[in-house]
Amino acid sequence: MDARKKKRKVLLMGKSGSGKSSMRSIIFSNYVAKDVRRLGATIDVEHSHVKFMGNLTLNLWDCGGQDAFMETYLASQRGNIFSDVAVLIYVFDIESREVDRDLDTYHSIIEALREFSPNAYVFCLVHKMDLIQAEHRTRIYEERSAVIRSRSSDFRVDTFASSIWDQSLYKAWAGIVHKLIPNLVVIERFLTAFAKKINAEEVILFERSTFLTVTSVTSEVGELNPIYDRHERLSNIMKAFKHCAARNTLTTPASAGFVVMHTKTPQFNIFLGRFTDNTYIFLVVPPGEASYNCAVLNTMLAREGFSKAAAGGAGGDGFPLPPSESVDDHAGANGNGV
Amino acid sequence: MSDSLVARVSWPHGPFIGRETSRREYSFQKTAAQLSLLEHLQGTNQVAAPNQARSASVPNTKGPDVKPRLLLMGLRRQVLFGQLSHSRHANCVTGAGNPPLPVWCSTKCPQMRLSSLSLRLGFRRIPSICSSFMDFQVWDFPGQLEYFESAFDLEDIFGSLGALVWVIDAQDDYLDSVARLNRTILTVQQFYPGINIEVFIHKVDGLSDEYRTDTFQDIVQRISDELSDAGYENAPVHYYLTSIYDYSVFEAFSKVIQKLIPNLSTLENLINTLANNCGFEKTYLFDVLSKIYIASDTRPVDMACYEMCSDYIDVIVDISELYSWDHPVRKRLGDQIPEAESHVVLHDQTMIHLMEMNKYLCLVSVIRNPEAKDKRGLIDMNCRTFQDALNEVFSRSWEERTAQGAASESK
Repeated sequence: MDARKKKRKVLLMGKSGSGKSSMRSIIFSNYVAKDVRRLGATIDVEHSHVKFMGNLTLNLWDCGGQDAFMETYLASQRGNIFSDVAVLIYVFDIESREVDRDLDTYHSIIEALREFSPNAYVFCLVHKMDLIQAEHRTRIYEERSAVIRSRSSDFRVDTFASSIWDQSLYKAWAGIVHKLIPNLVVIERFLTAFAKKINAEEVILFERSTFLTVTSVTSEVGELNPIYDRHERLSNIMKAFKHCAARNTLTTPASAGFVVMHTKTPQFNIFLGRFTDNTYIFLVVPPGEASYNCAVLNTMLAREGFSKAAAGGAGGDGFPLPPSESVDDHAGANGNGV
Repeated sequence: MSDSLVARVSWPHGPFIGRETSRREYSFQKTAAQLSLLEHLQGTNQVAAPNQARSASVPNTKGPDVKPRLLLMGLRRQVLFGQLSHSRHANCVTGAGNPPLPVWCSTKCPQMRLSSLSLRLGFRRIPSICSSFMDFQVWDFPGQLEYFESAFDLEDIFGSLGALVWVIDAQDDYLDSVARLNRTILTVQQFYPGINIEVFIHKVDGLSDEYRTDTFQDIVQRISDELSDAGYENAPVHYYLTSIYDYSVFEAFSKVIQKLIPNLSTLENLINTLANNCGFEKTYLFDVLSKIYIASDTRPVDMACYEMCSDYIDVIVDISELYSWDHPVRKRLGDQIPEAESHVVLHDQTMIHLMEMNKYLCLVSVIRNPEAKDKRGLIDMNCRTFQDALNEVFSRSWEERTAQGAASESK
């Protein structure tokens, strides 16, 4: 049980040329969108282990989508491929001309999945949405996702519209990883308490290398922010800047990163810093020099508490966290201390 | 601004009428030219009106044409200007913030088009200055137009010119373009010797390094040879290699505009002092909107620093977009300096420090000194001092202008 929790099998499937490997490269291998044209077709299955949030490893199976491969997956390799699946990510190409055939393939894959791993999560990405005219996007996406749902047997399917050319890709993948992280409830409970103590409008936790939103907490005031896709856009903005920094400091994007970022404007203050080894914390607090500095200090203190707990082994798997009660105590102590 | 835009766009049709009719009968041509002049004058009146409305207390002696004018010329439509004015949008759209950026305005202009989209490098903060400190008009000309025909009023085109930017397509056969450029230079310099002539050798991204240097030298050689043959030595012509696939266009435009800024040396001195005292590797004074820098310290050009600074402005502007919503529920928790301030420390301890100077300008520096992190208070204070100095420079130059204006009015 424990071993499976740490290594989760993620299947990435879809018709050939629908953009599976491109997406994977952008999210996990620091590709820029325009570089993916260099990628060739995936032959058979490419296994990759993606380290995510420390000791959570995603065992990503990027399955080539040519019909010949699909047939073997469904026939001779059936047990091998579809057993122990935590997540199936199925990619639909919005431009595909053979919608019915795509859906048939999808249905047979869902059937195979139901046979071997009935508890898997299923995500469907309606991809290449940038090719559709902006005014038709919502309508076409909704039609398509309704069709997909109708062919998904008894699986509860999450669908996302995505495109590698804008932030929607980050939204889709953040939704996917969000489902995969163990003890997320604990983290969220901690963040909620913490955000309240420092009067933050919003606290977001980003994964370090992918800059995907792990989780976020928004205050009542922060909830009123009219921009709903701000998390994905932040991922996009910060990742783009990371690429720029890597280019100009002569390193690879994988090793580039930020130590800390402070921004003070008359409308909001923002702090971005390393939280745990694998996450960045992003705080949005209302303006006010003194309270901002307090918030930053408190974040540092909370971080120390985290790393101590991790060193003491109290955290357990995935995310080095102290047991939930002590988290609340800890945040409380910080608030009183300053 | 929109008023003046309408006025500006309306008058250039005047010369067009003149041009077509001039082929048929010469006698009529004069009237047409006069007509166009009349129209132009009306245009200026229209422009002057909103100016005066905005600055009722300030005597408006400058007229609208005091704005330095940037003239973009070249044989075929170039994509320079579109890129420049839309670059921020382009970044938003592609989201990646990376060049190559989408290309606007790539159609050939069959007609003379005046885009008076101004690059505002300005200053509106000081209450008495209502018009911006430096409001450039950028005029984009189709290359095929014969503006030296008598129908065109040279004074109209070149009268208040700040700089003439000539764009040469380096991937194309450039002989024709060079010949035309020479003709233009020779004509223009007879009447308006003060004009800076800037040659952008464009689209060099497609050429290999070696071929690029060859092309550059060939073009420089051809132009200077021909000019000296015509007896025009040491012409004020400057050459830049540009491409839209990197930041060289911005760099080149920055250089062009810097030459038109009257206080450049003062600004540079100020920035140098600041940079030396704070140990900044490179410091730029950016116009936030266009990401052109109007001054920098005088250390060697470092494209990497420029890229990082310019992208960091993007980051801050984009993030601000996400969190600057207005709502009565949003309360501040205490006092804070009204100008935005931001810095980021990268993995190799490089720090990028950004400070808003006024509505349009911000100071961005790259600091590679690892100690800088601990001395941020000092850096911030120094930048504030610089901000005060900057305000003083701009207000001083304004005072001088009003003094001159008052003097000329009394005559």
